[in-house]
Amino acid sequence: MKIKELVERLNLEVVVEGDLEVEVTGGYASDLLSNVMARSSAGNLWLTIQGHQNIVAIAQLIELAGILVTENFSIDDDTIKKAKELEINILRSKLDTYELSGKLYQLGIE
Amino acid sequence: MQKDEIKQVILDCEVEAGDFSVGGEASSKLKSLLHKLGIPAQTIRKIAIATYELEINIIIHTYGGSLKAEVTPSEIRVIASDKGPGIADLEKAFQPGYSTASQKAREMGFGAGMGLCNIKRYSDELNVETEVGKGTEIEARISLRESGDSNE
Repeated sequence: MKIKELVERLNLEVVVEGDLEVEVTGGYASDLLSNVMARSSAGNLWLTIQGHQNIVAIAQLIELAGILVTENFSIDDDTIKKAKELEINILRSKLDTYELSGKLYQLGIE
Repeated sequence: MQKDEIKQVILDCEVEAGDFSVGGEASSKLKSLLHKLGIPAQTIRKIAIATYELEINIIIHTYGGSLKAEVTPSEIRVIASDKGPGIADLEKAFQPGYSTASQKAREMGFGAGMGLCNIKRYSDELNVETEVGKGTEIEARISLRESGDSNE
């Protein structure tokens, strides 16, 4: 499923639009950056409450489909600026990581 | 390993201590260079993860240092060297979950005690030289030969 469809279905806020046509291959949820590096795969959507710049570096390095910031956590201005530069999708939702993971699973993102 | 094969330094940059804002920049630069060299995506991923962890380690744990990458026809070597303080207990440092990171670093999601484990996991060979009071040099070598993906 494309990120664009997920945005519509889950009513996600698009904080930075990199490329919403990208296909989501799966998901990974963690706030520990090393775990994300080690365990997620290219094309995954990453669910986290972190909003600092390094999330963009990670998404770019391991080629994630995008970052979904949960529970409406704040996202630093520098993060947004860097994500725009590198065309990394950043989405946000008021739902928590657990609820969003469930909904993503129901939509077939496993 | 042939000692006399052609070696090209493709990255050599300073990494400042404590500057989280630029964390990942050197790794990101290396990644795009490797793309241009036509290295397979799976290998680039391994190098990117190892390099990022090395870079973040310099930022979090040291007084500053540098990150260097060399490419030969058979492998990539990423070398992180710093100006100290050195690793007091190397065995512990490699234990998953053990970390000496600051509270600030932990709040940002670093300091999970996975860094060195990740570097080891994604490298084909890892050499660490450290001396308390002097500094640390870590060399991660990743093979460019076929089927080096058994670490996944």
